[in-house]
Amino acid sequence: MTLGTGTESSIVIEITFWVLAVSTVISAIAVVHIRDLFRASLFLIVTFLGVAGMFILLRAEFLAGVQLMIYVGAISVLLIFAILMTRELENGNQSHFMRVVVGLISTALMLLSIYLISETNWNLLSESGVGNDDTVIHTFSDESIPTLAKMLLADYLLAFEMVSVLLLAAVLGALALVREDNK
Amino acid sequence: MTLEKFLTIGAILFFIGLYGVLSKKNSIAILMSLELMFNGINLTAVAFSRYIKPAELMPAVADVSKYLLTGQVFTIFIITVAAAEVAIGLAIIIAIYRTNQSVLITEANNLKK
Repeated sequence: MTLGTGTESSIVIEITFWVLAVSTVISAIAVVHIRDLFRASLFLIVTFLGVAGMFILLRAEFLAGVQLMIYVGAISVLLIFAILMTRELENGNQSHFMRVVVGLISTALMLLSIYLISETNWNLLSESGVGNDDTVIHTFSDESIPTLAKMLLADYLLAFEMVSVLLLAAVLGALALVREDNK
Repeated sequence: MTLEKFLTIGAILFFIGLYGVLSKKNSIAILMSLELMFNGINLTAVAFSRYIKPAELMPAVADVSKYLLTGQVFTIFIITVAAAEVAIGLAIIIAIYRTNQSVLITEANNLKK
């Protein structure tokens, strides 16, 4: 089996990609346009699911699982809790008076970046894999998770430990911030 | 062609998030738009790690496979930091809500008073 053959050329993959792309982009637009903040958070979950599907299309199954557990499972629940706790639902999801200017600027930047993406001559992996190299092909089939584990716990060990310290600090900081003052 | 499709979706997500961050008044909505931006970046990083030939990728390198997964490792770190940031951000929003009875960022101007 080589890179770029088989599943990629299938029409099913192509249809899946476009369904995921359209639903992701539409729900992302809904997140910033819907006035009801609670419904906007539900559309945010749809966007997270779409990105998880795209991770699967990119052969990053582990990241798709992580995305489902952390974004769909944890972050969206936290956001919905915060929305319901702060009782700002009746005020809706208001925007600044500057939003037209901001919208024009972001649209212009988006068109510019899409133009740059299509114009750049990317240094792609060749469709038949890299040279005579079989490990490349294995990376994207069944060896991707062991390789990720090796990288995380060997090459990026320092960053891994720093992230654990960061998470500890975040837990303690969140607890300290929301604690009631009982003097 | 396939790389460009994923990069375009990532860019669209990023700039929709940018619009939300810059135009919203509600701080929870800003946090949600920030998550959209993170997702666009993650999608871009994973697409690069899937389709781009790394500069270090020489035939002589023994364990060549790990260079191909650098983008995925970056994404794991981004997701972790985003989770920590959401926890802290929501704690700050709850604290602001306790003092101001509002989560609108236009109301959070206590330093001006």
